[in-house]
Amino acid sequence: MQPAGLSGSARWYGIPCETFDDAEEFLSNYILTLYVTGTSPRTQIAIDNLNRICAGELDGRYELEIVDVLKDPQRAEDEKILATPTLIKQLPPPLRRVIGDLSDKEKVLLGLEVRSSPSTSSSTARPAAQPEGS
Amino acid sequence: MTKTAKNPAVTKLETGISSLDIIAKGGLPKNRTTLISGTAGSGKTVFAVQFLAAGIERGEPGVFVTFEESAANIRENMHSFGWDLAKWEAEGKLTFVDASPDPDIETVESGGFDLGALVARVQNAVKKVKATRVSVDSLGAVFSQFSDQSMVRGELFRIASALKAMGVTAVLTAERTDDHGPIARFGVEEFIADNVMILRNALEDETRRRTIEILKFRGCDHQKGEYPFTIIPNGGVIVIPLSAMQLSMKSSTERISSGNPELDEMCGGGLFRDSVTLVSGATGTGKTLTMSQFLQGGAAAGEKCLLLAFEESRDQLVRNATGWGFDFEKMEKDGMLRVVCDYPDVSGLEDWLVTIQGIINDFKPRRVALDSLSALENVGTVKAFREFVIGLTSFIKHQEITGLFTSTTGSLMGGDSITESHISTLTDSIILLRYVEMFGEMKRGLTVLKMRGSAHDKAIREFTIGKGGMQMGRPFRNVTGILSGAPMHISPGDVERVWTQYDKDVGDRRKPSDQRPAS
Repeated sequence: MQPAGLSGSARWYGIPCETFDDAEEFLSNYILTLYVTGTSPRTQIAIDNLNRICAGELDGRYELEIVDVLKDPQRAEDEKILATPTLIKQLPPPLRRVIGDLSDKEKVLLGLEVRSSPSTSSSTARPAAQPEGS
Repeated sequence: MTKTAKNPAVTKLETGISSLDIIAKGGLPKNRTTLISGTAGSGKTVFAVQFLAAGIERGEPGVFVTFEESAANIRENMHSFGWDLAKWEAEGKLTFVDASPDPDIETVESGGFDLGALVARVQNAVKKVKATRVSVDSLGAVFSQFSDQSMVRGELFRIASALKAMGVTAVLTAERTDDHGPIARFGVEEFIADNVMILRNALEDETRRRTIEILKFRGCDHQKGEYPFTIIPNGGVIVIPLSAMQLSMKSSTERISSGNPELDEMCGGGLFRDSVTLVSGATGTGKTLTMSQFLQGGAAAGEKCLLLAFEESRDQLVRNATGWGFDFEKMEKDGMLRVVCDYPDVSGLEDWLVTIQGIINDFKPRRVALDSLSALENVGTVKAFREFVIGLTSFIKHQEITGLFTSTTGSLMGGDSITESHISTLTDSIILLRYVEMFGEMKRGLTVLKMRGSAHDKAIREFTIGKGGMQMGRPFRNVTGILSGAPMHISPGDVERVWTQYDKDVGDRRKPSDQRPAS
């Protein structure tokens, strides 16, 4: 089954996929961006915490980019970031933000809407593929 | 911690906001942060934007940090003040740091954080446009975006010190819940900034009255107390400095004609060029006539005249003037006279003052007549009215314009009005017009009560009104109690006796024709 207009909605989310299967696989990956300020101890704590959570819960299905707002303030401006550290989950939708040093794992998972059983996620069609909120 | 050792004295930055620089004695302290605190609707955001707009107009770029309204909203709202923010942004003179909350983005807090990204963004924006001015609107809204209040507190201090380190002059706004309560809602805002200014928008007797007060300027001087201000389209915040304007008034010895040679004589040779005269009398005593004469005399001497009429329409005034033989229409056609008629209630007194100042600046008259102050009296509170009169008198004196205001007394005979008791000290001359009842007939009397810096006729003279205006008659020598409203006739013999007695007591020290300046 191929929902009508999927490719349109897939492009809407900036997904570089042509087929539904590609998209589904792509959407099961987490695209995360972590905004930090310099190399403060808090920055380090946040990175360590995030790595631990990703390794434990996301099972390698993620891409993480770390942005230092001191070096690249324009990106913080574009994303309207106020606080650091800020973790943004670009994909899968919906867009979510978690601010803080990510020391509270439960809240991070809540914020990222990560399912507790990652093994089931790759086989079921995600409701997230619907163009919700657009 | 960022004090510059090489420059110990605080210098001031001229803001360019009308009259604010006067009450701030030169402007806001340079390279420092100034808190603008006020209740909802007190004009904080307008002030914050105007601070930047006035800077951009004098070639100083600015950064606007908004925590409350979105940048798009502010661009739209500020159009009515004549500030095209989008154009300035395109020209690289202004940039926004939009830190307003986005309701579409859900945010979860997990662990400690700081506002390092915000600081980096502000620094980036300042660098981008080479800003010298920064406005932050408003601090209170930062608190509502985060749950950790003590973190926000600490971070605001960090932002303030970062602003100082960047060498910009900053205006930070903050809300307060009460016009006369704590300075700001969260109790820390005033400690973040070096200087504190308060905007008030108090409701008094069903009218709103805006005032601005400089509470503290660390290490430098400023005017104290509340000053009224108004916010008008295409102008923004306009402060009305009261005491400051009076300090710079000059004094002229040049005499001008009141339009009636006999009245000039009673005034000791005419009115002073930069004087303000109050003509007070009951209805029908000849106030409008005195005013029309004054305008006619001005036009005849080649001086442009402005008439602000709040009681009668232009046509009525023209018709009345024609009756006395003054051709107002011709004067208008020749560009010697401008008549501005309006209902006094259409705007507040502060707005009237600004409007009138605008008309005067535009028309540049040498004479201004206002008919009547009593009509304006009920527009605002007593205090606002007094401030209006102070503002207007000092403004027209400063421009060396001769002013003539009329005021209506409540009772037909004698008495005084609230108007008089509040403004008599502000005017240089007072001419009283009174009814005098004599043997079943109403006669009109005129006296020059006060004439600052000049001798004047102390008699109460009878006058009649006819073609050509006022005709002065004899003094009421055998009537007493005119001013108290209870005229009493006394026999000529009694008058003679009183005056002889007076001359004997006083005459040794002064000449009988005592000519001293009235005070």
